[in-house]
Amino acid sequence: MTAVVATKPAGRLKRVFERYPFLPALVIFIVLLALNGVFSPASLSARGLTGLLSTYLALMLLAVGQTFVVYASDIDFSNGAILSLVNVVIIVFMEQMGGSGLTVTMALAVGIGVGLACGLVNGIVVAALRLQAVVATFATSIFFTGLALYVLPVAGTPAPRLFWRTYGGRFFEIPFVVFAALAIALIVYLLVRTRLVTRLLAVGDDAQAAYQSGLPVTLIRIGGYALSGVFAALAAFCVTGDTASGDPLVGAKMTLFGVAAVVLGGTALSGGFGTVVGSALGAFIIGLINALVYFVGTPSQWQNLVQGLVILIALMLGIMVSRRARA
Amino acid sequence: MSATETTPVKGPSVLAVLRQPLLVAVLLIGVLLAFGEALSPGFASGEQILRLLVVASLLGLVAAGQNLVILAGREGIDLSVGGIVSLSAIVAGNVMQGQDASIPLAILACVATGALFGFLNGVGVTVMRIPPLVMTLGMLGVLQGLLVVIRQGIPSGKAAPALADFVARPFLFGLPGTIWLWVAVGLFMAFLLRRTVFGQRVYAIGSNEHAAFMAGVPVKRMRVAVFTFSGIFAAIAGFCLLGYSGSSFSNVGEQYMVPSIIAVVFGGTPLAGGKGGYTGTMAGAVLLTILQSILTTVNIDESGRQMIYGATLLVLMLFYGRGRRMRG
Repeated sequence: MTAVVATKPAGRLKRVFERYPFLPALVIFIVLLALNGVFSPASLSARGLTGLLSTYLALMLLAVGQTFVVYASDIDFSNGAILSLVNVVIIVFMEQMGGSGLTVTMALAVGIGVGLACGLVNGIVVAALRLQAVVATFATSIFFTGLALYVLPVAGTPAPRLFWRTYGGRFFEIPFVVFAALAIALIVYLLVRTRLVTRLLAVGDDAQAAYQSGLPVTLIRIGGYALSGVFAALAAFCVTGDTASGDPLVGAKMTLFGVAAVVLGGTALSGGFGTVVGSALGAFIIGLINALVYFVGTPSQWQNLVQGLVILIALMLGIMVSRRARA
Repeated sequence: MSATETTPVKGPSVLAVLRQPLLVAVLLIGVLLAFGEALSPGFASGEQILRLLVVASLLGLVAAGQNLVILAGREGIDLSVGGIVSLSAIVAGNVMQGQDASIPLAILACVATGALFGFLNGVGVTVMRIPPLVMTLGMLGVLQGLLVVIRQGIPSGKAAPALADFVARPFLFGLPGTIWLWVAVGLFMAFLLRRTVFGQRVYAIGSNEHAAFMAGVPVKRMRVAVFTFSGIFAAIAGFCLLGYSGSSFSNVGEQYMVPSIIAVVFGGTPLAGGKGGYTGTMAGAVLLTILQSILTTVNIDESGRQMIYGATLLVLMLFYGRGRRMRG
């Protein structure tokens, strides 16, 4: 963490910010939400927000998983590939075994297992074999993509009806994704209170100090990657529910957006500082930017450019504001 | 590495020599060439090696800029090189329109494009103090958006015949122009890094930015310069790529982002920066290109190819820059 300047009295804003580092992200989020409402009132309806949630829940999960890795000052450039792999594995599993409730449940268990295994591979390669995280996870992502292509060479196999009907459906008049989001929120709420997450932050803050105080640094870092793998699997379930089909390359473009979401959320890439809530907000900020660019009537070929520019500006603003608030 | 136990050489010299990244890369290149020749006879023939070197030189050009950014430290990395390669290839193709006479103007426009985006990266990293990974990631998004706009607005340009000849046909002493260009860039980089104040300063800010600043190194200007260099080298690669493929299509550069970083690492420059150099990176680029070429020669599915590629990269990384073991 940055050194506290002694001459400056610790202001209230600074203290609030240290407790809630995602505040800038929250402000950006609210502003974007309001702008979306101005340009397209329907987007703020329950229906519009549910649509946003069901599309960006996957990115949110990817970003949350990445956060745990970033806590320990590592990075996981393979979680999009893990997402793709889990997506095709469960699709093929359900196709082979039939689409009954039991097989769907089994498929989900298999998916979690695949995500966990991939995460452990990453952790072992980066933490135990001590390879550089950036290039090592690039390499594993190539490997995982190969596996995904092996499982399902071309995109297309449909998901069983039960699967996407559930994800897109409603229970007691409330959309399923809302329940999913609440369940995930509860899991994450409990997770961030575990010893592992505290220790990830300790490792990211000062790995040497953590080691000298007796923490199993290697195991902790492997744990971070394992969490990232499992969250990539959960994200894959959402993508599968949303697209209702398998695609061995579906997650490729999501990795970097996930990293951007983590940064937007105020988590420091240097490790030891950040929040999961921020990353989730960051994912929705990206979603809201994409929606807003569409709602203001940007011509279709300009949309990507405007999105890219706005995301870049948001990244810059977020980093500059959080630095000012922390310094 | 168990060679030290069996050979009766005194001291750690054999181990130390074997750990030289450049030597490791050259040895691995030899092994891979032999392996390729065994798999498909003719793989290591002179003509084939020339073709490999042309492909490697394109990657090597991108990796030159990446190398400077990484050497200069502070988690330096340039994720936007792929976008710059694509964009500059399109700019060059559209200025050129297949006319030999427009080549000088195309070079100017192409390099200016690369320099502009590299400069913007550098400004973001220094003036606004955005971490390089974040800045170049954001820039990549902008470049990809720009490519979509351009692709729908103007037709993809065409390479001039002279450029196509320069890239692939024998130019001087039987070697194509790109290889000569790469050799020139290699000499330039060696001179820049070893013989100039600029080079000394790159290493200085890479190994200890604060100390370099205290010693009077204009750290910010240096960092803007290395990012600008990265943009320029990516643009030169894009220019050659245009000649290599004949016309520019939108995402040609995407394939260079990850390999350019891995080539630098295989060349013995750790991502932490401050040490290493470009000679190793050149060997790293050749190594990666041979590996990719072997995989396309072997008759297996795309899936198997990717798995072997990823796994091989991991195994090769074990030879380089592993982190230090934690000590109490």
